[in-house]
Amino acid sequence: MATIELAGISLDLWEGGTGRPLLFLHGAGGFRADHPFLGLLGEHRRITAPSHPGFGASSLPDWIDRPEDIAHVYLNLLDRLGPEPIDLIACSLGGWIGAELTSMVPEKFGKLIFVAPVGVKLGSRDTLDIPDIFALPAATIEKLLYHQPERFRADPSKLTDQELTIMLRNRETTALLTWEPYMHNPKLRHRLRRVTNPALFLRGEHDGLIAADYMDGYAKLLPNARTMTLPDAGHVPQVEQPEAFVKAAIAFLNGEA
Amino acid sequence: MKAWHFSETAYHLLPPAETYESIRVSLPNRHYDPRIGADLYHRYLDEWLLAEDEGLDIMLNEHHQTATCVDPAAPLMLAVLARQSHKARLLILGNPIANRRQPIRVAEEMAMIDVLSRGRLEAGFVRGVPYEISPANSNPMRMNEREFEALDMIVKAWTNHDGPVSFEGRFFHARQINIWPRPYQTPHPPIWISTTSPAGAARVGTRGYVQATFLTGFDGTKQIFDSYRRAWREAGRGDSVPEDRLAYAALVYTGETEAEAHAGAEKLLWYVTSNKVPPHFASPPGYVPVEAGVKMLRGAEHPLSAFAKAASVEAAIKAGIMMAGTPDQVVKQIRAVYDHVGGFGHLLNMGQAGFLEHDETVKGIRMFAREVFPRLQEFRA
Repeated sequence: MATIELAGISLDLWEGGTGRPLLFLHGAGGFRADHPFLGLLGEHRRITAPSHPGFGASSLPDWIDRPEDIAHVYLNLLDRLGPEPIDLIACSLGGWIGAELTSMVPEKFGKLIFVAPVGVKLGSRDTLDIPDIFALPAATIEKLLYHQPERFRADPSKLTDQELTIMLRNRETTALLTWEPYMHNPKLRHRLRRVTNPALFLRGEHDGLIAADYMDGYAKLLPNARTMTLPDAGHVPQVEQPEAFVKAAIAFLNGEA
Repeated sequence: MKAWHFSETAYHLLPPAETYESIRVSLPNRHYDPRIGADLYHRYLDEWLLAEDEGLDIMLNEHHQTATCVDPAAPLMLAVLARQSHKARLLILGNPIANRRQPIRVAEEMAMIDVLSRGRLEAGFVRGVPYEISPANSNPMRMNEREFEALDMIVKAWTNHDGPVSFEGRFFHARQINIWPRPYQTPHPPIWISTTSPAGAARVGTRGYVQATFLTGFDGTKQIFDSYRRAWREAGRGDSVPEDRLAYAALVYTGETEAEAHAGAEKLLWYVTSNKVPPHFASPPGYVPVEAGVKMLRGAEHPLSAFAKAASVEAAIKAGIMMAGTPDQVVKQIRAVYDHVGGFGHLLNMGQAGFLEHDETVKGIRMFAREVFPRLQEFRA
């Protein structure tokens, strides 16, 4: 993990793997370099993965309070990565940032994969599109996140202070970014029509946060997007089903699927 | 020493606690009978007015979506008291300005009450407890920043008398600030801020506002007051901090006998024991600093939950969050906290809570006002 200065922010940046370049935008849980899917993905792609401002050890300037702000920061990152269009995998909250970013500069991107993204409001004003994760018990949240929650339960007593600090910072920054309007930018859906890149919207079959209807509706906002569901996975299929996830992602990115 | 009668105007007639998840935020209001609620409002107002007759001042506060405090618009309750009382100081502690969207509206409400009461308002401001986040849909991050920016804007609105001025902050904006009425008191009503942390107290001490703290017990209160005094001195406000800058809130019940007092105190303890709140409402992300959050994950106490362990009258007295007994005993208990924390000038008496009935409340107020309160005037730190 390297630290770079970007737009006045001290940013954690992980790079690994070989192949054509790919930008990976993590979700609300933060970036973990030890997730097996990264190694599998790195066999096919050169991955650049920032920890978003306020996540990991990346600093959080006081002007940032929405995912759109982070997309503006990442315009600087794209400049730094060079003129060649880059493929994108963006998960959950990172999917929102990715949607904002691609709506700003679609020409800077090749193919796009959105994994269980949040960021738009599609349903009625009387019903939340995404359950209120800040008003639910932890035992409920883990069931919404995972097909097999018992495999991913963290025991705070086994984590270092630094790991706990990162966990809490990630949670704080998620609250800051997503609080209101909850998990969406009302303007984003109207900005996505210019994102004509080939796009894949992917979710785990048991995702309790992103409903199938929500993802289908989100995908329809992009002119050239399709959807896919991975079995035996929840909200983070890349973690729960790394092999199947990477296989599907590479098939799409390489144009085989 | 001033003493303030305080009630959270609870609606205590609830189903068994095991039948609901939380007394705050999510408890369905079908459990609230507005006919009973009306009687309770009138009763609690009567008790404040009676406290005034006995020479005490009046304090109230605001919470939302909770049976523990059915006063979600404290300025409305205070407006009633501004009209019906005639001599007591009127303390609202306070306006949850980190969660209010329009600071100027708050400035206007407070100015109205100050005028209506002919200058008896003490204007308190709070960040708001964690459970206020969801009812207000308010971001739990950067609350301190919002609170103090809103307060600066309010003071500006109160103290400007020469036509519109503007304010463009990080969170709040107004281009034509020119409130009518302006406050009765000059330059503005006294400002109070409540906090339960030393870091918060330092912010208040720097500014010299009145610092109040709630049920923080012997050591917690000492840390908070010491932090205030340090910040006061470092800001160049002088070596000694006037006692009227510091306030402590406790559960108080005075009886003719110890047995009578403890029976009343037992009912007051409802305030502590009824506070059933699950972690997702009690610990929203960002409410406490990350370092404090790490310590809590390692088993440290939630800063607001220290009092929850004081689930008996004896334990609560020992912790310094309750004063209950005969007049002699209550004077002694207050003195113990007073000496331990280096003195304070305001005792905020939660003299009514839960199942403490009207006649019991009245008796407790009278016993305190007549037999205890005069003796507090001799206290010197």
